[in-house]
Amino acid sequence: MYALLKLILNRLAHAIPTLVGIIVIAFILLSLAPGDVVDILAADGSIQDAATAAAMRAKFGLDQPLPMQALNYVIGVFQFNFGYSPIHSLPVSDLIVSRLPATFLLMASSILLSVIVGVVIGLYAALNVRTWKDFLGSVFAILFFAAPSFWVGLMLMVVFSIKLELLPVSGMVSMRINATWFSQALDIARHLILPTCALGLFYAAIYARVMRAAVLQVSKLDFVETARAKGVPEGAIAFRHILRNAVLPVITLIGLQTGNVMAGAVVIEQVFSWPGIGTLLFDAVLDRNLPVVMGVLILSSVIVMVTNLIVDILYFILDPRIQLEKHS
Amino acid sequence: MKGSAFLARYLSSPSAILGTSVIVMIVTAALFASVLYPQDPLRSVAAPEIWPFVDAAHPLGTDAIGRDIAAMMMHGARTTIAIGLIASIVASIIGILIGAVSGFYGGMVDNLLMRFTELFQIIPNLVFLIALVSVFGPRIEVVVLGIGSVSWTGMARLVRAEFMTLKNREFVLAARAAGMTDLRIIASEILPNALPPAVVLASLIVGAAVLYEASLSFLGLSDPAIASWGRLVGEGRSLIRTSWYIAAVPGLGIMLAVLSVNLVGDALTDALNPRLGREASGS
Repeated sequence: MYALLKLILNRLAHAIPTLVGIIVIAFILLSLAPGDVVDILAADGSIQDAATAAAMRAKFGLDQPLPMQALNYVIGVFQFNFGYSPIHSLPVSDLIVSRLPATFLLMASSILLSVIVGVVIGLYAALNVRTWKDFLGSVFAILFFAAPSFWVGLMLMVVFSIKLELLPVSGMVSMRINATWFSQALDIARHLILPTCALGLFYAAIYARVMRAAVLQVSKLDFVETARAKGVPEGAIAFRHILRNAVLPVITLIGLQTGNVMAGAVVIEQVFSWPGIGTLLFDAVLDRNLPVVMGVLILSSVIVMVTNLIVDILYFILDPRIQLEKHS
Repeated sequence: MKGSAFLARYLSSPSAILGTSVIVMIVTAALFASVLYPQDPLRSVAAPEIWPFVDAAHPLGTDAIGRDIAAMMMHGARTTIAIGLIASIVASIIGILIGAVSGFYGGMVDNLLMRFTELFQIIPNLVFLIALVSVFGPRIEVVVLGIGSVSWTGMARLVRAEFMTLKNREFVLAARAAGMTDLRIIASEILPNALPPAVVLASLIVGAAVLYEASLSFLGLSDPAIASWGRLVGEGRSLIRTSWYIAAVPGLGIMLAVLSVNLVGDALTDALNPRLGREASGS
């Protein structure tokens, strides 16, 4: 327990300078862009005269020298203040928080799908190595590793929503009044299927490859031979001895891939009009609403850092041999 | 390693042959784009929504505003190849520079550079890319440099690891004893030995770069004046109910391009590490 606490504290101490670095990068991008929040407001006529503009600049701290603005921005972010979205007339943090649940739902279901599909296919292929089953698994992995997720999404949409009319085309909920919470949940689940497959199958392909390699490696180790010599049934060896050890590299990858899953969700949300931060980011880019863009950039990085921490903890629990020294 | 032995091992793998032939196909399409379709591919030339394999003059059909899909595919192949290659070169240069300095000097420099690398590993690549485009505008050079600037971290880590093992080898110590400058040792003694695995990684970066470009242009965030497969998929969305082929055809192109690059990258890895054998590939 003490070692775990030490691991967490160690990670947090390491994360803070990294986070400051990311915020500074975001601030540099923000200040390189021509025009600021006040210019955007002036462009759509919300601000008419120079005096109001100057007052607004003073209010947002835009009249201060750049290093001071950078410091204010960093301090602001640590207080969960990402600035102000002139188009929505709302703080950026409120906007992002309101969109996060939809994105988290899509990410979680995609990661779940990719791990289950990837582990099953990888394990199955490795247990049948060099047969046609193994070959089929490899073809699956190679195809979905190369297919762009947005295209997979569109093609799934053509088949399952437009031709077969089994699933909704886009959005997260259907317009319905007086629905029970259960039918609402079912409705969201139906909307979730296609985006989840579009996003998850790419990662399933990666995990299938890694899982296959890991299973092949683990099955050559001494303890598997020992189990076999003791007469443990093959099925029990596969699940109790091999799977448990071979799944560790997959867990590491899940942590490493969170950022990419998040970025993938940005595109997939756009395909299926899923109301998450991807759609928010896309609209913000079109409106040149940069405070929102940078808010999404920073917050998605924070989410990646948090996931990495969770994976470290999970790893620690699953494999107690790995102590702090291996992480440092 | 002898070149001929390497080539023989490379060509013994069926996936290498498949990958190489698809790449040759795409390069040929790109080379003959201006010969077969000398005019701007983004011009309307026929009736809209002609299906593929219906009209011999437009073998892959036309899109919503009557532009020839085959012409856009062939011109788009150029964009795909150019962006994939240049972005991979940019990423490799950044990665090799940072990795070499980090691995060679170690200590404080290594620590700082690796923290910097970690920053870029944490920021979601595509989100950073979208942020870059929204700040600097959807121009082709922004897209290429942006893709390069989010793709170098793996290269930096690989080159760093190679340098860390190579810098204590005898030939490097001999070079040091002979009084060679650091720069010469890095560039002419260590780097050539670290290059083979770096080249393999660079080929895999090409595949990733093609996917980044496709995603950006699908979202409509790349240069609108340039024919691009991703953009065509994005534009095909508006007619997805009736003319789904407009989105399907360019998507297949992207998939084939990435697939072939990945196959070649895997085959190169196998050919470089014959000891690893087939099982270890992909780990």
